[in-house]
Amino acid sequence: MANPENLKYTKEHEWILIEDDIATVGITKYAADALGEIVYVDLPKVGSVAAHMKICGEIESTKSVGELYAPMDGEITEVNGALDQAPDQVNQDPFGDGWLIKIRYTSLPDLLSSTEYDALVGE
Amino acid sequence: MLNTLLKLEHDKLGASFTEFGGWEMPVRYGSDIDEHHSVRNSCGLFDISHMAEIRVTGQAEEFLDYALISKLSEIENGRAKYTMICDDQGGIIDDLIVYRLDDDEFMIVANAGNQHQVVEALKNRLENFPDTRVVDESGLWSLIAMQGPKTKEILGSLVDVDLTVLKYYSIATAVLDGKDVFLARTGYTGEDGFEIFVEGDPSGVWQLLLSQEGVSPCGLACRDTLRLEAGMPLYGHELNKDLTPFAANLGKVIRFDKPSFVGKDALEQQKHPKQKLFGLQGDGRRAARADYEIFLPGGTDPIGMVTSGVLSPTLQVPIALALLNADAGLEIGSEVEADVRGTRIFYKVVELPFYKRGR
Repeated sequence: MANPENLKYTKEHEWILIEDDIATVGITKYAADALGEIVYVDLPKVGSVAAHMKICGEIESTKSVGELYAPMDGEITEVNGALDQAPDQVNQDPFGDGWLIKIRYTSLPDLLSSTEYDALVGE
Repeated sequence: MLNTLLKLEHDKLGASFTEFGGWEMPVRYGSDIDEHHSVRNSCGLFDISHMAEIRVTGQAEEFLDYALISKLSEIENGRAKYTMICDDQGGIIDDLIVYRLDDDEFMIVANAGNQHQVVEALKNRLENFPDTRVVDESGLWSLIAMQGPKTKEILGSLVDVDLTVLKYYSIATAVLDGKDVFLARTGYTGEDGFEIFVEGDPSGVWQLLLSQEGVSPCGLACRDTLRLEAGMPLYGHELNKDLTPFAANLGKVIRFDKPSFVGKDALEQQKHPKQKLFGLQGDGRRAARADYEIFLPGGTDPIGMVTSGVLSPTLQVPIALALLNADAGLEIGSEVEADVRGTRIFYKVVELPFYKRGR
């Protein structure tokens, strides 16, 4: 699966969809594949503060534990509650139903374009 | 890194790879949980050609009775035994399956990462056995494991032998895809199944087996969750040179009635190890992983640590094997806590294995 051109990316293998003042965040297909089958997702509380590059959640697969970094400053406005029951949506549809959190951001750091992210993961 | 002869087949299937014991091995082909369930419910096919095969011939039964902790002279031709090779301090060099091929001929299967240590230790023990030969045949053999409740039926239709009479922990020769192979009714998943020794190019056998209905290719990720559910130790996690078989609850594998064997004196002094392996089961979906510390409820000093831990795909609860202080007063049902990255998670001591197949 190609990395969608309409998204922004981080070196921590997260994707970000910017819509007005809300950023939707997930992990890339590359990251989901590397983690393996995801069995548990620990997400922050709605209303909590997101701080750029601070850990705000965990993604566990059968083999390993991955950390979710907040890609920007802001406030968590929504988390994907469906992942409680179906964490493997992150594997099945990483850029869609497998989204993780929404942040009302207060500032935007430099993010990678899809072309830059492709280059990072060698696609 | 080493590749097995089936590397091309794995590439064709879109496998992801991982390093294991010096080998580049398929970790999964698609979903490791689907692969796990296919072994529990149908049939999974594993390339385990990284495993080492060592042939011992000549005065082999006397030699193995001396070199290993079990009594190999006792097993009949065509049968197999799970055993270990220990150093003279009683530390585990590796756990092994030993197959008796003939009166004077045995095949040992050792872990990939321990191949050289095992071969060297065996050769060093040959001194008083001039007519015995130890030959590392790892380069000659590919090993394919076919595991799961439907294996007997699927494999049985492809070979010239009656698999229903090949008992658990037995080995026989057979013809499969026109090749002479060994079929062993052994495995590392907790299911019924077979391990197939193929000499030369195994691609044809692999393709034939995979083309059968109900057979899925399976990687090392699910091999690990399957063996853990079955309570089976993995060298480097539950077993190592600093531990004796007693620590792994495998003291019964040792045969002290043998006049002498490497490690005997040391092992006789270590029947009550400081730490022992326990099975732990939690609830919820967060699993303590290897190296996480275990505490008594509310305790501040760890009583040991997890050696392997995962969210069990079959049982849907966290399970773990943990090496814990033998004097901590633990029994079946005791509660302990695991420190999961700063959060205490409850676990209960349970009987092993976590999962046992229906008969």
